[in-house]
Amino acid sequence: MISFVLRRLLSALPTIFIVVTVSFFLIRVAPGGPFDGESHIDPRILENLKRVYQLDQPLWMQYWLFLKNLAHGDLGPSFFFKDFTVAQLFAVSLPVSMENGAAALALALAFGISLGTVAALRQNHGVDHAVMGVATIGVTIPNFVVGPLLTLIFALGLSWLPAGGWNNGAFANRVLPVVTLALPQMAVIARLTRASLIEALRANHIRTLRALGLPTTTVTLHALRGALLPVVSYLGPAAANLMTGSVVVERIFGIPGVGRYFVDGALSRDYTLVMGTVILISVFVIVFNLIVDILYSFLDPRVRME
Amino acid sequence: MRFSHGTRALVLAAALAMGATTASAEMVLHRGNSGDPETLDPQKTSSVYEGNILRDLFEGLVIHSAAAKILPGVADSWTSSADGLTWTFKLKSNAKWSNGEPVTADDFVYSYRRMMDAATGSQYANMLFVIKNAEALNKGTGKPEDLGVEAVDAHTLKFTLSGPTPYFIELLAHQSSFPVYRGAIEKYGKDWIKPENFVSNGPFKLTENVPHDHITIIRNPAHYDAAKVKLDKVVYLPTEDRSAALRRFQAGELDMNDEVPTDQIKFIRQNMKDEFRPAPYLGTYYFVFNTKKPPFDDVRVRRALSLMVDREFLAEEIWGGTMLPGYSMVPEGTGSYGTPVWWSAKDKSPADREDEAMRLMKEAGFGPGGKTLKLEIRYNTSENHKKTSVALADMWKPLNVEVSLVNTDVKTHYAFLREHQPFDVARAGWIADYNDAQNFLFLAETATKSLNYSQYSNPEYDALMARAATEGDAAKRSATLHEAETILMRDEPYLVLMTYMSKQMVSKRLKGWEPNTLDYHPSRYLWLE
Amino acid sequence: MSEGEGRSLFDDAVARLIGNRAAVASMIFLAVMTLACFVGPFFTGHPYDKVYPDYVKAAPSFEARPTAEEVAETATRIARRFRARVEDFRLDQGRVEIGLAGAGPVDPRIVDYYERADGFAGVHIAGRSDDGRKLTLRADVRQIRFWFGTDGNGRDLLTRVLIGGRISILIGILATGVALMIGVSWGATAGFLGGRVDMMMMRVVDILYALPFIFFVILLVVFFGRNFVLMFVAVGAIEWLDMARIVRGQTLVIKRQEYVQAAEALGVTTAALIRRHVVPNTLGPVVVYVTLLVPKVILLESFLSFLGLGVQEPMTSWGVLISEGANNNRDLAYLLIFPALFLTSTLFALNFLGDGLRDALDPKDR
Repeated sequence: MISFVLRRLLSALPTIFIVVTVSFFLIRVAPGGPFDGESHIDPRILENLKRVYQLDQPLWMQYWLFLKNLAHGDLGPSFFFKDFTVAQLFAVSLPVSMENGAAALALALAFGISLGTVAALRQNHGVDHAVMGVATIGVTIPNFVVGPLLTLIFALGLSWLPAGGWNNGAFANRVLPVVTLALPQMAVIARLTRASLIEALRANHIRTLRALGLPTTTVTLHALRGALLPVVSYLGPAAANLMTGSVVVERIFGIPGVGRYFVDGALSRDYTLVMGTVILISVFVIVFNLIVDILYSFLDPRVRME
Repeated sequence: MRFSHGTRALVLAAALAMGATTASAEMVLHRGNSGDPETLDPQKTSSVYEGNILRDLFEGLVIHSAAAKILPGVADSWTSSADGLTWTFKLKSNAKWSNGEPVTADDFVYSYRRMMDAATGSQYANMLFVIKNAEALNKGTGKPEDLGVEAVDAHTLKFTLSGPTPYFIELLAHQSSFPVYRGAIEKYGKDWIKPENFVSNGPFKLTENVPHDHITIIRNPAHYDAAKVKLDKVVYLPTEDRSAALRRFQAGELDMNDEVPTDQIKFIRQNMKDEFRPAPYLGTYYFVFNTKKPPFDDVRVRRALSLMVDREFLAEEIWGGTMLPGYSMVPEGTGSYGTPVWWSAKDKSPADREDEAMRLMKEAGFGPGGKTLKLEIRYNTSENHKKTSVALADMWKPLNVEVSLVNTDVKTHYAFLREHQPFDVARAGWIADYNDAQNFLFLAETATKSLNYSQYSNPEYDALMARAATEGDAAKRSATLHEAETILMRDEPYLVLMTYMSKQMVSKRLKGWEPNTLDYHPSRYLWLE
Repeated sequence: MSEGEGRSLFDDAVARLIGNRAAVASMIFLAVMTLACFVGPFFTGHPYDKVYPDYVKAAPSFEARPTAEEVAETATRIARRFRARVEDFRLDQGRVEIGLAGAGPVDPRIVDYYERADGFAGVHIAGRSDDGRKLTLRADVRQIRFWFGTDGNGRDLLTRVLIGGRISILIGILATGVALMIGVSWGATAGFLGGRVDMMMMRVVDILYALPFIFFVILLVVFFGRNFVLMFVAVGAIEWLDMARIVRGQTLVIKRQEYVQAAEALGVTTAALIRRHVVPNTLGPVVVYVTLLVPKVILLESFLSFLGLGVQEPMTSWGVLISEGANNNRDLAYLLIFPALFLTSTLFALNFLGDGLRDALDPKDR
């Protein structure tokens, strides 16, 4: 087990190196730079700015400088948020996104698995159709529609919750964004659970348990263990996604999370910030996939870690 | 039962959360800023969003009133020499930094040298290239001591300019001309900008700065006018999502916001008539013709296309009345420019315009019966630019013009224009940095190079602009600039469509707010009732 | 798969699918929807790119336009452009009489402008005062209908929703198909072969996952311009990654099953094993994931349009219409509701069909 984890972590280094290298050149080839935009900069000033930010150096040199700083754990200063380094930006925003993501994930898992189980046990009954109908709506309606709708109802209509803002993470400010984040995931998990639980309930060993007269709850729990595998496979990338924030939800609710940096960083050509997000997402993907692979062997002893 | 219990808990939590920020004796303004500031360093500033905050945190030699008129700031009075090359400022003796230290002429000298220092990376340095030896210093060929800014004594500051600049005072009111505190910068280096190290000389001082979240400033008791400032605290909230900002404004979480979602303008006019306070703004919305590419090098084609555009329709229907129809490059109400040069067909009936357009197109070999003119409009992705482009395409149809549309993200768009890549017609716009007609008209000068997206080049125009630049007499200068604008509106390398409006939402509780063409609303004049 | 077996398996599946009422209804619905999107735009009476300047943001209605107020409004607006005012206005049985007056002579060319307006036809001068300052016009009111209303440029929303469906249905099918093919074969191979190969293949997935997608899209636009095929490449290229993960996870379990090991012992080749035993058994989660992928892909397309790769005006898609509509949510909810309704109903049908397919193809159910 330990050697498995170690080997995986070791293989992460070349992965990250490749990602960093490809990304570095990819974003530099793209047209437009950090100083292009609506407020045009005088050509005389532009030259100067390029020198200050070392953009006048040959690309390979910039790449080398970036790697050197990275080796020291330095992600560099942000091009857009000039008063902050990328590390400082992440230090504030990453915890926010991770907390919200974890809460949304927990919510989605709790409701998704329960609803999926209920639907599977009542396959093709009214309950099943109702749950799956709601789940379909959950997946179909994008969060940029759900978020504003929830605000209109709960903030403006009922005045129960604030319409936006983070307010240093007050509970009331978290409710709507977390629910908005959780809804589509909940729907996916419910559908995946239902589908694989229906199959699992037909498996021979489960039929045997039923034949032995064990209570439905026990049988279901048994079946659920095997049935959760696809859910777990899905959760790897989904969790990595949730934890690194959602640009849409963060923008709608005005949350200082890390998700906005992925899109805003790219659109504002904040080179250092983009590289930071690239490294961030690689680390998350690698860690969560590792967790998923470990979980497999717990959920199904037939899967071996290798 | 269970549900209602949970509900009550939720309401309670919400009430607590709100209470933490608003329900106290102090007067707190929640102010929406539709973009994130990139920096709070005056010498590095580049956007209007920063300007809003910097005008609260800092104070230059001159400041703006609630109606955006120039008033004495740190300087009590000033004089300029007859040739307009020397400006002497008398500083207030009671102007202080937020740490209690006096603001001196040396602070300004330090700040301007810092601005021109190439290593600072100032984006507005070129605006003060009118100061003697500034450009050389910024290029790295001059010495800081040679810069034409001098502290005669602790409270007397003298500028030497390289040419007469009637709008020099306007430049000094810009946020990039605000002074910074040398002690903090020398002690903390780059980290002087952190709230714990931050020293400023404005009516407010910084206490918190969290990107994408909030910037909190509180009243600066050391400021000479602190007694007149009514707000205890201002919380700047970035409101990039305009619809979300509108909802927060309705929920009372914002007392003012500088943007509205134009798509919901009807709703706003119906439900928040008194809070929505649009005002003319010093910005011009235009499309650019590529004057180096046939047939757009032909003034007849440009003029014909321009004649077909119903600017009222664009402003009223497409932009929901959040723009004004535009008939001049320089917006009406700019500085002391007076009435701008109106587009010659402004008062012509649409029938006359269309007849003229048909005739011009025919002469150029296009139009109905002639060649089909195929053109491509490029715009940076935005709902309103898209709608404007679609409307233009429709208006040009009668001229036998076939339009295709290409959108890209904003950085790609402007890099494309800056590099003078081959386009036909492209969307652009200009918001004034300072309140002077020159700030609009310079765009069409040959010397403006990469910023002159149309690549328009007219020696006559350049000569007029050069003459205006060295003209010390305000009336003569204005006349020269009018001559230049006449040429610009005749040749139309820039297809002027609309004049921007500011689109503030202002709570009925907020007092002291006045509409103005610069859309400046310093918090020092505001209070809540 | 040998011929005889394939046929019977297939026949079996078809029979079961036809037996599933929800699935059949869904198929019919999807067929009708597809037909409507591809043929419908020709029958709505409005070209999808036709701009009606007089009907910008008209509300949906079964009633014909222009209404009496709109006729008056248009009459006034055009008069104002000619520096004239409407002095007299009479509307009766689809015929209208407009009395114009100006400070100077009223330009008779105004007739062309009334004729060109969306609500008038057969405009002619019925009377003119001697000094030309008064002009009386007569015209027929030309009536048109916008069942779904019009958009911010004054284009018929019904036609645009239908035409938008073309792109969205295409990208839904093609991009998902690409993701499905690559994802399933990649995931099944990695999971089945295991060991070092699995490790390498999954690291490739990790790398692609972490690359900045936005730049990838921007570069595609820069180097290849706007291209319909590229859109599918861009979407397919990232959306197969999750699919590969899920299929690999399932494969890890399946390859330990007795029947797979038995087949292996019998000397069945690896390729055949993956194709015949592994892939069919991953179908359950795959079908579910596909029904999730379709809406994702359709909405992703609107983001591609934002970056300049997706559809371009005046063409549109459901994703673009929905994201535009979402901006208008307070004023003009219909701009969001209609395209969203089309998308959601299509996806509902797709879900039922997916479930039906899964049941029909499930090898364990036989």
